[in-house]
Amino acid sequence: MMRSIDIVWTLFLKDLRIEWRQREAIASVCVFGLLVVFLFDFAFQPGGEESLRLLPGVLWIAFAFAGILAFNRSFAAERENMCLDVLRLAPIDPGLIYLAKTLANLLFLAVAEAVIVFATSLWYNFSFLPTFKWFVCVVFFGTLGYVAVGVIFGAVAANTRMREVMLPVLQFPVAVPVFIGAIEATTSVLKHDPPSLYASWVKLLVAFSIIFVVLSFLLFEYVLEE
Amino acid sequence: MKKNSSMTAHAILTLVWIVVALYLALIYTPNEANQGNVYRIMYLHVPTAWVALLAYFVIFLGSVGYLWKRSESADALALASGEVGFVFCSSVLITGPLWAKPIWGVWWAWDPRLTLTFVLWLLFVAYLLVRSFFINPGRAALLSAVVGIIGFVDVPIDYMSIRWWRTQHPQPVIMGGPDSGLPPKMLLALLVSIGAFMCLYFLLLRQGIALIRLRRETARLRRELAMG
Repeated sequence: MMRSIDIVWTLFLKDLRIEWRQREAIASVCVFGLLVVFLFDFAFQPGGEESLRLLPGVLWIAFAFAGILAFNRSFAAERENMCLDVLRLAPIDPGLIYLAKTLANLLFLAVAEAVIVFATSLWYNFSFLPTFKWFVCVVFFGTLGYVAVGVIFGAVAANTRMREVMLPVLQFPVAVPVFIGAIEATTSVLKHDPPSLYASWVKLLVAFSIIFVVLSFLLFEYVLEE
Repeated sequence: MKKNSSMTAHAILTLVWIVVALYLALIYTPNEANQGNVYRIMYLHVPTAWVALLAYFVIFLGSVGYLWKRSESADALALASGEVGFVFCSSVLITGPLWAKPIWGVWWAWDPRLTLTFVLWLLFVAYLLVRSFFINPGRAALLSAVVGIIGFVDVPIDYMSIRWWRTQHPQPVIMGGPDSGLPPKMLLALLVSIGAFMCLYFLLLRQGIALIRLRRETARLRRELAMG
């Protein structure tokens, strides 16, 4: 058990180190997320009450697109210099590689989300602070569920031609419960509803995350198999 | 040749069954009180929807079978079911709006079951696309099995999350609760139609598997020839 945690931690630090030396993925993911919010502003020019209605959707679409970019990038990097083959040769449970990748992508996406939320807060003149605790909770579980399927599909798509197209085609239909649950819960949170009103959505997000983390953990060995 | 004759028998059975189902659906059953003739599309729509769900379940079975036993026939089963299921699912998405326009007044509404059918259709598309986009065809079976399993596990969660919106789809007419139900004549016609489409599905599935086998055999022979 301790050894497994050690392995996951080592692999996670490896991803962080690579990212820290390039700072490519995180920058492009943040910029891309900001661009999505920016384009939405052009498309709908929201103001006042309306912006509160649009905000949850805008945020989650920005998170979704930023995530797709991050997952693609995550495995494209492993293909360079056949890094993935070396990982595959390591005498460790492939599921641990999945967990490490999930942690790393969760962190990258969280950073991107923080930037996106901050910018949105300024552009839409909207304060997230009054219900910040619950907002973070909803965003965390939504992101976890989204990353859980994104990482395994990123690994699958890395093997295909046109993987940039392949990943969203795989990811979006499966992530439908995440979008519904996260957007509904976020709307409630930002409207200052009492937590009991959206607790069932948060439960759905938690259940989705657990199911797909476990399932992907078990299936990941087949994805890496040669 | 024995296999061919069983396939022919299956084809004839399907044909006869569909003709009987058509007779029941178009002539034997009366008009519906409110919808008149329009409701008759149900005899096509409901069976194809059942078959589409069954087909995704068969993808799941084939995928698990392939990962577990590594049998090529399990993979062929999953692939053939994906191809046939895609056609049936598309037909559900076409016949649904044809009925909805005169009855609801709109072609499409984001009601739970419509949304779920659309998601199911996207899952079929994803499954088939993943198969056709592999750089190394040897890994297609393995990775599409992973996609098939994740997709299948996702379907009930999709359904649950989507159902928490208000529904305007007609309630299930079979096993749908005490108030639902069809007059005996319509129920008979619907059950016979479902049987007919199941029969058609299994026929197409068998054809599909046979075709995949032949394709693999051809590829193998071609490789042997090239090696000299």
